[in-house]
Amino acid sequence: MNVLVFADCQDGKILKSGIEAVSYASRVVEQFGGTLVTATYGTEDSSELEKLGEVGAETLFVSKTNQGTPWSLTEYLSALVRERNIELVVLSNDFTGKAILGLLGSKLDAGAVNNAVDFPKNENGFTVKSQMFSGKAFGEVRITSSIKIIALLPNAVGTVSNPKSLSIKYFEGDFNSRIKIVEEKKLETGGTVPLPEAELVVSGGRGLKGPENWGIVEDLASTLGATTACSRPVSDLDWRPHHEHVGQTGLAIRPNLYIAIGISGAIQHLAGVNGSKTIVVVNNDPEAPFFKAADYGVVADAFEFIPKFTEALKAHKANNA
Amino acid sequence: MKILVAISKVPDSTSKISFKDNNTQFDEAGIQFIVNPYDEWYALVRALELKENLGGAVTTITVGEANADPVIRKALAIGADDAVRIDAEPVDALFTANQIASFARDKGYDLIMFGKETINYNGSQVGAMAAGLLDLPYVSNASSLEVSGSSARLERDIQGGSQVIDVDLPAVISASKGMAEQRIPNMKGIMSARKKKLEVVAPIEAPRHTEVLSYSLPEAKSEVKLIDPDNPTELIELLHKEAKVI
Ligand SMILES: Cc1cc2nc3c(=O)[nH]c(=O)nc-3n(C[C@H](O)[C@H](O)[C@H](O)COP(=O)(O)OP(=O)(O)OC[C@H]3O[C@@H](n4cnc5c(N)ncnc54)[C@H](O)[C@@H]3O)c2cc1C
Ligand SMILES: Nc1ncnc2c1ncn2[C@@H]1O[C@H](COP(=O)(O)O)[C@@H](O)[C@H]1O
Repeated sequence: MNVLVFADCQDGKILKSGIEAVSYASRVVEQFGGTLVTATYGTEDSSELEKLGEVGAETLFVSKTNQGTPWSLTEYLSALVRERNIELVVLSNDFTGKAILGLLGSKLDAGAVNNAVDFPKNENGFTVKSQMFSGKAFGEVRITSSIKIIALLPNAVGTVSNPKSLSIKYFEGDFNSRIKIVEEKKLETGGTVPLPEAELVVSGGRGLKGPENWGIVEDLASTLGATTACSRPVSDLDWRPHHEHVGQTGLAIRPNLYIAIGISGAIQHLAGVNGSKTIVVVNNDPEAPFFKAADYGVVADAFEFIPKFTEALKAHKANNA
Repeated sequence: MKILVAISKVPDSTSKISFKDNNTQFDEAGIQFIVNPYDEWYALVRALELKENLGGAVTTITVGEANADPVIRKALAIGADDAVRIDAEPVDALFTANQIASFARDKGYDLIMFGKETINYNGSQVGAMAAGLLDLPYVSNASSLEVSGSSARLERDIQGGSQVIDVDLPAVISASKGMAEQRIPNMKGIMSARKKKLEVVAPIEAPRHTEVLSYSLPEAKSEVKLIDPDNPTELIELLHKEAKVI
């Protein structure tokens, strides 16, 4: 099966989710046979492009002038699908992947499955496991169209090294965006990993009582090298910015470690975080529902425990440096 | 402004999800259904605000069977002028998008609005597919929407930030948090909703490219390990040696 995989790029850097998608696609080609075509845009920096060669890309298309809008990327990828007889398109289920998945599906008359968490199977037709119900369940979805699309959930399968020598082809010409980008705004993340890509996350809830108390969350996060998140009421109250809100109506994340401080663990909150590999809950109410979803729990006042925990972590880091 | 808002019926966000018939069907027993929050709180309410400021009409469209009517009435109670239901089970995203696109095609809507995703299938596909089928500009994940004359300015969430976008109308938009504030229907809205028109339209032929063969639930977590709050080092050791995450 000939596979096209798209790796998104921002500010000249290939996103981690894109590298993961390429690793996934190269393993699909190993399993099903066929050739792999990789596509990106927005960088000609060979050290960035090499990152894709490290995980299995060989034929790499780089669109030089693409604006990276949903339509212009859709037309770019559709052109490659036709030119290269592609049967499966792999995207990452990140912001860009979600924006183009449906456009591409309608343009190619393709069945699309997003939130994929595993490799496709070929037992009952072509099927792939997808996370649904905002993380509360999974579905095994069969795709029956001749061209198929999978969008891979970030941090679901990881990357494996599979170095190949890259053959880079520049793709000339721009595609119509149909929209005009007037301005781009960057989030102030102070250099930390953006939440959708973060492996370590420290999250605060209403139990922290007010924005002035977020120092203990930030200290812990910076000691760990983690990204901060919050529950919905916290962002609704403007204690924290909206982009930190995780849960059913916020971001769904699946970091390796999620530390929840002063969050009760409502089902809508859990929906966005229960894909995390390890969950630590700090709450002064032993009855808080979050403890049922946790791997490790600390029944304590966050204001007492978190500073002690952060100090102990600093000592641990110093010893293991 | 003529606005079409696509609203879908989803299980209430507190629902405990379970399956029946050998895990091949979603078990609806005891489930409350609601309008998908993104469709209701953001797309529909912003459409109503635009209508209140600029005049025009807001129509909702739903692909679903008669059991979707109660949630459609809720959208009418919040203030939509009328509603359309395409009488088919919405099994596949492209099938659903084809129904909506085919209905909308010649009706002269200035805006066709979607939620950024449904909270059951989390597809984030139907809006984009409808835009693709209608060959219209598409702005996904928009957290604000202002209309002036025949164009719109939106803010769209992207990884690590946002973009301010100008687009000519007609356009297709998917709405995310921030675009509007939830509205609670009042008694007058609920009463008048009963009299508003809910037109039922037969579906068109369209391909179905995906089907869910079976469902599963996440593996149950083992019992939580409680840590002595006076011994934070124990937690660090466990995260380091047992969970291997730090
Ligand atoms: C349709 C819908 C969608 C929703 N989507 C989301 C979503 O996406 N994300 C989300 O988060 N919520 C969502 N919610 C809201 C959700 O139902 C909860 O209301 C919310 O998650 C509660 O936030 P919280 O845990 O921060 O606050 P609370 O429920 O108020 O919990 C605070 C917790 O802090 C603890 N605490 C208090 N003091 C301390 C202390 N000193 N030390 C330690 N612990 C302390 C308390 O014991 C309590 O457990 C949604 C709701 C609806 C209806
Ligand atoms: N059955 C449906 N009827 C009407 N609109 C729908 C339906 N399913 C999805 N939509 C719309 O498409 C958006 C994205 O849905 P999804 O692709 O399932 O995440 C939703 O927020 C709705 O606005």
